[in-house]
Amino acid sequence: MTRFIIIRLLQTIIALFGIIVIVFFLVRISGNPVMFMVSPLSTESELKVLQQQLGLDKSYAEQFWIYLTNLAQGDLGESFVKRIPVTEMLATALPNTLKLGIPSFIIGTVIAMMLGVLGATRRDSFFDNGVKFLAILGQALPGFWLAIMAVLVFSVHLELLPTQGMATPAHYVLPVGTMIFFMLPGMMRLVRSTMLDVLDSEYIKLARIKGLPERVVIWKHALRNALIAPMTVAGLMLAGIVSGAVITENIFNWPGMGRLAVESAFGRDFPVVQAISIIAAAMVLGMNFLVDIAYAYVDPQIRYQRT
Amino acid sequence: MVRLFKRSAEKQYRGMTRWGRFLRNLTMILPVIVLSLLIFTAIFADLLTPYPYDLTSLPERRMPPAWVEGGSTRHLLGTDTLGRDILSRAIYGARVSLSVSLLAIAITAVVGTILGIFSGYMGGRTDAFVMRVVDVALSFPPLLLAILIAVSLGPGFFTVVFALSALGWAGYARIIRGESLRVRNSDFVAQAVINGVPPWRIMLRHIFPNILNVLIIGITLNVGTFILAESAMSYLGIGIPPPMPSWGSMVADGRNDLDRAWWISTFPGILIGMVVMSGNFLGDWLRDKLDPRLRQL
Repeated sequence: MTRFIIIRLLQTIIALFGIIVIVFFLVRISGNPVMFMVSPLSTESELKVLQQQLGLDKSYAEQFWIYLTNLAQGDLGESFVKRIPVTEMLATALPNTLKLGIPSFIIGTVIAMMLGVLGATRRDSFFDNGVKFLAILGQALPGFWLAIMAVLVFSVHLELLPTQGMATPAHYVLPVGTMIFFMLPGMMRLVRSTMLDVLDSEYIKLARIKGLPERVVIWKHALRNALIAPMTVAGLMLAGIVSGAVITENIFNWPGMGRLAVESAFGRDFPVVQAISIIAAAMVLGMNFLVDIAYAYVDPQIRYQRT
Repeated sequence: MVRLFKRSAEKQYRGMTRWGRFLRNLTMILPVIVLSLLIFTAIFADLLTPYPYDLTSLPERRMPPAWVEGGSTRHLLGTDTLGRDILSRAIYGARVSLSVSLLAIAITAVVGTILGIFSGYMGGRTDAFVMRVVDVALSFPPLLLAILIAVSLGPGFFTVVFALSALGWAGYARIIRGESLRVRNSDFVAQAVINGVPPWRIMLRHIFPNILNVLIIGITLNVGTFILAESAMSYLGIGIPPPMPSWGSMVADGRNDLDRAWWISTFPGILIGMVVMSGNFLGDWLRDKLDPRLRQL
């Protein structure tokens, strides 16, 4: 087991390093940020001074080494545009994204679980078909369009909900709803199909034969066994909140990581873009690592399979 | 009543009328109709559209669709903020969405299949290396990478295709690798090896035909994914540059006019939904027919 963990950990670190390299060089192809920051009238020497201040006059290899050593010490650099440490910007943006992401995640998972279980137990009923229909619709309609339609109905016509910013609880309704809609269909389908598998198994038959009430059979015996795959997906979803929030935050002008990422990418604010991409990827990698460990812990076959 | 035993497949089909069987295949018939229509309109967009996609007409701006009060039959789906005909733009938008998605699918499917078969057949270090690269690609936030690529290369047709393809191959590689591993261990491959067939020929002639079903299902299910991804990119303003219409950018165009002109954003979104749904239904149907053990819902 230790051997498995060490190997997986090394693989994860190598993958993270790969991502850092790709992001670092990709942002640098995107053009010289200095050109976006100065007035058209500034002189050659002014440009040089600015480049020096930002550390862009050094060779790419040198820049990368500096970036890497700083990163190892937890220093993400300084924003080119705002001239404040990136960590400070993230410290305000990340909580906002979490305020949006965590409630959406919790509500979304609970709803997905309820609908999935109820759909599976009432297979082919009217309700089940409704669940299936909702899943199909959710996977087909673009999230940004649905969000706009929600704005059209609830804000423009009914004038019930605000659409920009995050001042009051009412501001949360539409963005959280959009986020939930992003994660609901996949989860729901997964819960439903694993539930159907479990409900077919021998121990469920036994539980019924020995006369347990249906409520206990479904919510205790079946659901617990059906939860492994959905939990994995839920974990990955939680890790993917940052990138998942990009569109939602841009629609509702939510001051979180997703909006910051788009703004900084357009403004060539390298350190910020790098930081957000790396953090987002690291969260997914980390969660993958934990999931693998958990699986290996449960299932010895995986432990010895690939080493 | 509590159902103790699984319904068998024959029972599901028994007593089904011809009409019932037709309904069962409706999930294939309707999507095929929708997708054929889409391809047809995309190819003949020049002949079908009543107006050019970039013809602005300021006196006619924000005209509602024909069936709403104030609308006219000259603009069936109304006009946008600049007075451009939405129906014409939607038809040209089909061309953009379809060509971008199909090209990206072709690239990702080819790259992913080659890597997947190679990795699965070779095994060992090659396999481990390719799978690590796949891990990196799959843990990268796709939309963030798309934004980075779009900003790096500047907006344009091939930028979007590249941004969509950059990570898309990884999913194929993983699935195809799994399938190749399964096929590699079969007797006919061992027989081929004994007969001295070179590895490339085994991969091409013995493994590839046996993973084809999975590949076809994957490609069909991916049509929707790519169209959604393309529309999301266009929505964020990193897709095909204006004035060329794309469904995603048309939705974005109407964003600021929601209070005055709901139709600008509404119709392109419905189109995206219809096409994606068709792709998904067709993929599910194919999966049922070609490879029942993959069935999920």
